Amino acid sequence: MQPFTNHTGLVAPLDRVNVDTDQMVPKQFCKLLTREGYGRILFYDWRYLPGEKPNPEFVLNFPRYKGASVLIARANFGCGSSREHAPWGILDYGFRVVIAPSFADIFYNNCFKNGILPVTLTAEQMDELFKRTERKAGYQLTADLEKQTISDESGLLYRFEIDPFRKHCLMKGLDDIGMSLEHEKAITAFEQKRHPQATMFEAVDVKISQPQN
Amino acid sequence: MAALTLYEKIWQAHVVHEAKGQPSLIYIDRHLIHEGTSPQAFAGLKSTGRKVRRPDLTFAVMDHSVPTKNRDLPILDADANAQFEALTRNCRETGVRLFDMHSHNQGIVHVIGPELGITQPGQTIVCGDSHTSTHGALGALAFGIGTSEVEHVLATQCLVQFKSKTMLVRVNGKRPKGITAKDLILAIIGKIGIAGGTGHVFEYAGDAIRGLSMEGRMTVCNMSIEGGARAGMVAPDDTTFAYLEGRPFVPRGKDFQIAVDYWKSLPSDPGAAYDSVVELDAARLAPQVTWGTNPGMVTDVTGRVPDPSSFGNDVDRHAAELALKYMGLQPGTPVTEIPLDRVFIGSCTNSRLEDLRLAARVVDGKHVAKSLKQALVVPGSRKVKEAAEKEGLDKIFTAAGFEWRDAGCSMCIGMNDDVLPAGERCASTSNRNFEGRQGKGSRTHLVSPLMAAAAALEGHFVDVRKLNVNGSE
Repeated sequence: MQPFTNHTGLVAPLDRVNVDTDQMVPKQFCKLLTREGYGRILFYDWRYLPGEKPNPEFVLNFPRYKGASVLIARANFGCGSSREHAPWGILDYGFRVVIAPSFADIFYNNCFKNGILPVTLTAEQMDELFKRTERKAGYQLTADLEKQTISDESGLLYRFEIDPFRKHCLMKGLDDIGMSLEHEKAITAFEQKRHPQATMFEAVDVKISQPQN
Repeated sequence: MAALTLYEKIWQAHVVHEAKGQPSLIYIDRHLIHEGTSPQAFAGLKSTGRKVRRPDLTFAVMDHSVPTKNRDLPILDADANAQFEALTRNCRETGVRLFDMHSHNQGIVHVIGPELGITQPGQTIVCGDSHTSTHGALGALAFGIGTSEVEHVLATQCLVQFKSKTMLVRVNGKRPKGITAKDLILAIIGKIGIAGGTGHVFEYAGDAIRGLSMEGRMTVCNMSIEGGARAGMVAPDDTTFAYLEGRPFVPRGKDFQIAVDYWKSLPSDPGAAYDSVVELDAARLAPQVTWGTNPGMVTDVTGRVPDPSSFGNDVDRHAAELALKYMGLQPGTPVTEIPLDRVFIGSCTNSRLEDLRLAARVVDGKHVAKSLKQALVVPGSRKVKEAAEKEGLDKIFTAAGFEWRDAGCSMCIGMNDDVLPAGERCASTSNRNFEGRQGKGSRTHLVSPLMAAAAALEGHFVDVRKLNVNGSE
């Protein structure tokens, strides 16, 4: 996973609450077998008109937001389906930072697995970011994970909270499977200890009927 | 000893490793996988040279993209076919049990887990699907995970988890006639909002929850995620034990008694503390219908489409405006005057035998409205289908003008051919009315199987309480 330390980039605003993961990557694209290539698809139904013509009314298609890498959004961002295709799309499109007043649990968690920094600020702070983004063409924000701050060139400086362990993993780009496998002995011990007195935790593989055709 | 909740008991029993300031390493008892969110996880394992640690605790099924008719014909959807081939190959190479499209046990992953007894009380269960919360109905801790976590569980049979907060959702009283489990959960989501449970695990309790069948409890737990909670659970009781006894993967004889004794220790202790409590009175509920583009945008069947200006703040007002525009609805329209194009009875929320019985009772001897383009019944599993056919439900449905299909996720998500066309309006027993969920530009109204069946007959919503039928078996 790509580590995240700090990032400065153009800001794009998505002024809607409860943006669900079905909107980020619609189901017809969840049949692909890869983790890459979802950037073109991100926000598909909003972004494209029939024939995959860019919808000029959708904010990410505004010329001024071309090349944006920081997304500011509203409450409960990423609700709904657990599909990791959503953060894959966010990342592949070019976003490294998503800032919102709140995130849905599964999406928030999935961001950390993909080197995306999800930042939670207050609704008032978000209003200010939306205002500044609207007002100034080319508005940029800097996210500094070490210092846990969001800042701009005009003196705006917001501190954000993040779990220290998540911060550590994201900054180092750690492979969490590798970390868990360091506890191999503990996992084996757990399995052995539970085995004798807990038959219900083991698959009791009685004969089940075979496929008909 | 401190009084513990059901959630805390299961959590404590599954901690493999914990250290201060870090999330815990939690053991996973059952890992369910499907063709939609697993191929990248297997590819990840392969690229790092890792193995599936416990293929015996991993169960695979094809459900999301499977066709619901003509399954014996070649599959023309190349992308879906690639998913099926990948899952078949991955399972064969790693020794994971697969219920493929032709298996006698195939069905929606959240229907077959409980049905086969794979799901049991006290377990930790995960699946790369947010409706994994369904399995909490049996007193398990079950939640949806992303594909990176699927890979993590395949490799380690564990997950790195932060402990959740707990919310007690107590539904008091007795359900009136015509009020189903679906109406309970829609009303709960309407009350707390779709982010109300973020960071929490729900425990459903109260007389109205106790009074539900296992299938009804599954409907309630299924939609926990629509209230923002990753998991929802119901403490196991005699209803749970009776449901489980004799199912293929459940221990038998003396082992079953040992299991039941353990399961009886799981319910929350008296005086156990929750981070928050929500209460509802079932006796006062009316049948629920969603009018907007998320499950929290819901009202009584006797209500009207709300006027966005009636919302107290700018955010909700703006969201309601966008929703009504997408849904093509005028403020003030009575819910019973919303005309429908199609009806879908199915999904992991409402496709079990009880759901089909309820719907069949309403349509028996009648016919769907002429104005309807399609009425679809998609059983949740092949076993449900078989049982329904044994009772003659298929004949009741087809005589009434419904199509009777094979098991799968179908029009809930539209990953196969069962897609709701743009601009069309559907009464659906599924769980999400998001924009484009059933098909690009499609308009979804979430309802109970009773409400969907009655709406099919009339071509618009009707108050099922007037039909004088019970909301459960």
